[in-house]
Amino acid sequence: MENSKRIFLKIAGVSALGLGTGILTPNVFASSGQKKEAGFKKDSNALTAKRWGMVIDTRKIESSDDLEPIINACNKIHNIPEIKNHKHEIKWIWEEEFKHAFPSKGNKYLNERIKDLPFLVLCNQCENAPCVKACPTKATFQRDDGIVLMDFHRCIGCRFCMAACPYGSRSFNFKDPKEHIKPETYNPEFPRRTKGVVEKCNFCAERLAVGKKPACVEASDGAIIFGDLEDSESEIREVLNSNYTIRRKQALGTGPSIFYII
Amino acid sequence: MNDKSKIIAGLVIFFIIFAFPIWYNMFKSKPAPELTLTEKAKAAKECVRSKEYMTKNHMQLLDVWRDKVVRHDTRVYVNTEGKEFKMSLSNTCLDCHSNKAEFCDKCHDYASVQPYCWDCHIDNPKEKNDGKQ
Amino acid sequence: MLETALKGSNKYWGLVIGLLILVGIGFTVYLKQFSVGLGITGMSRDVSWGFYIAQFTFLVGVAAGGVMLVLPYYLHDYKAFGKITVLGEFLAVSAICMCLMFIIADLGQPMRAMNVMLHPTLGSMLFWDMIVLNGYLFLNILIGWVVLESERNSVPPPKWIKPFIYLSIPWAFGIHTVTAFLYCGLPGRGFWLTAILAPRFLASAFAAGPSFLILLCFIVKKYTNFDPGIKAIRNLAKIIAYALIANVFFFLCEVFVALYSGIPEHIDHLEYLFFGLHGHGMLVGWMWTAMILMGIAIILLVNPITRENNSILIVSCVMVFVGTWIDKGLGMISGGFVPSPLHHVTEYAPSFYELLITLGIYAAGLLILTLLFKMVISVKEEVSD
Repeated sequence: MENSKRIFLKIAGVSALGLGTGILTPNVFASSGQKKEAGFKKDSNALTAKRWGMVIDTRKIESSDDLEPIINACNKIHNIPEIKNHKHEIKWIWEEEFKHAFPSKGNKYLNERIKDLPFLVLCNQCENAPCVKACPTKATFQRDDGIVLMDFHRCIGCRFCMAACPYGSRSFNFKDPKEHIKPETYNPEFPRRTKGVVEKCNFCAERLAVGKKPACVEASDGAIIFGDLEDSESEIREVLNSNYTIRRKQALGTGPSIFYII
Repeated sequence: MNDKSKIIAGLVIFFIIFAFPIWYNMFKSKPAPELTLTEKAKAAKECVRSKEYMTKNHMQLLDVWRDKVVRHDTRVYVNTEGKEFKMSLSNTCLDCHSNKAEFCDKCHDYASVQPYCWDCHIDNPKEKNDGKQ
Repeated sequence: MLETALKGSNKYWGLVIGLLILVGIGFTVYLKQFSVGLGITGMSRDVSWGFYIAQFTFLVGVAAGGVMLVLPYYLHDYKAFGKITVLGEFLAVSAICMCLMFIIADLGQPMRAMNVMLHPTLGSMLFWDMIVLNGYLFLNILIGWVVLESERNSVPPPKWIKPFIYLSIPWAFGIHTVTAFLYCGLPGRGFWLTAILAPRFLASAFAAGPSFLILLCFIVKKYTNFDPGIKAIRNLAKIIAYALIANVFFFLCEVFVALYSGIPEHIDHLEYLFFGLHGHGMLVGWMWTAMILMGIAIILLVNPITRENNSILIVSCVMVFVGTWIDKGLGMISGGFVPSPLHHVTEYAPSFYELLITLGIYAAGLLILTLLFKMVISVKEEVSD
């Protein structure tokens, strides 16, 4: 028994290298019959939802100064490199003018507040995400809770997802980001990325897993509401119910999960 | 066949080149390095699994961990003793084995493998401020 | 048959060595890109595909163009093309090899390229592109080789090869259709989001591929004892003429839809390419050159007097090749990325390193072409002796 398991382990190990890791199930880790089998579980504090979404209440934002702490919180927590060359920039959440965030909605009679107001933009965590469809390796995939995630280990850097994304939400590591992350702000809890892979906002999946809301939500002082869109009792649904909201490029049918109150 | 000598010479050259890894390393073989454990690792007595298991299978274990965490949003590992661990190379493995050079690199160098884990996962979170990553 | 490529004149070896040097230069620069990353190219966050993908797109067309010899010969028994179909097939082989090299050169993590096969994703057009390109490469190597070997042995090609030949015909249309689908299925990229992209790609392919073949035929005729036959060249020229007309016609349909509908997302890219947008107009001169070249080429190729004059035909073919190259190899990809989906204008120009790598890949493709053509010509000379 012991022996056959050893052999199986070897085969499984080799196959894991060759075929990806889907075939390795927890019981493979049992090294002897008497002991309990090793397994996996979720953190009991983890936040869960049917479909995560976000409402950005732009009425609570006056200027870039209000957005800075939000953007910085994300950048710091995710070790986003600070790259001066705008062609090589890495952006997960950043600000855009209305006419860029909503290119087809701009007009010359736009009210003054909206015209000058900085808008927060990030990955829309689309319901029907073009990037997920385009990815040839499933390095970009969608979780059951709607979050569109990147597996940086699997990304081949073909940048098909960047061509597919209608929101410019994806960045590519044109060079090793290491030199552009300040050691004093480095967050050892979260990995950095390697050169040659694409990255984007992950809706703070690593924080949700331990029961924390996304960093931008926490830093937003109430300007960003986060919650389960499918839960009719949730705060976010309450906010969506009582306010008129818009989404970016809704006509494309991608189904963004980020809503804006103007 | 007047090409006989050419063919044989060609075959000999081919086999010499083909056997390069064997003769290149022929007189260099050394015993496997002894791994150094940190005090914390010694105190813990056992890793997430037995020593033999880890020596042999840590790479597969890490591979499964990474898929579980990244793709399946499952972040806690329950070992055969029922003990729970956060599945994280930087924050669990390297918390005990904070001596990467002595622990990981020594053996990887010996086996001539270059895992790219360290491209992204900081090698030693405890030394985060001294600039060497 | 490979041994025939190992015997040749000094000129032949000069060409081979010259190409090898260029390959060496390109490869050396690629090693730099491999260690530093794609940051050494001119690509950016906004224009995330550049010269490599554009060359890849153009060369898929050149590869598909070979079918313009295969189809009339095998489906309509048009004998004049019989002598040179194998040239078309080997041109496709070399073009596909270049395509694959350009794809690899464009990857951020080339060592992981096999992930495409380890994690096959049926919904991704890139997965299908890999399938059709490799399939087409296999088909053309097989068909070209078997047919040429039969010719060398003075026997008709074996019967079992026929199904492969018939399969290769729709497959040629397939490679360029799937390549167009890479682009035209993307929401939010107005320039590519058009059903006519695949037909337009095919039309441009059937002009570019055969015009390169005609040029190759003239070179072969001048420097070797093999005469591809003037009748084949004349008819190929007619095919180019109509393919080119179709290409320009499809493009004008595109212009009409964009301009008449007046939808900004569709106009912006054309405006950028032909007039410049917000003061940025790097490609304006190039695009008009392409249009003028194609326009003149149409006149020269439709008119029998100019078409049947060899010198003018050569000039026309160069014009077609350069015109379609600018259209697809420069404008098609950049044009789709400028302006960006957020309506920022970030222009793109390839970097010097990028150009050297591109040159190296082209040299590698021409080297493959030289070796394959050398085989063909040796066999043809052998048989006619």
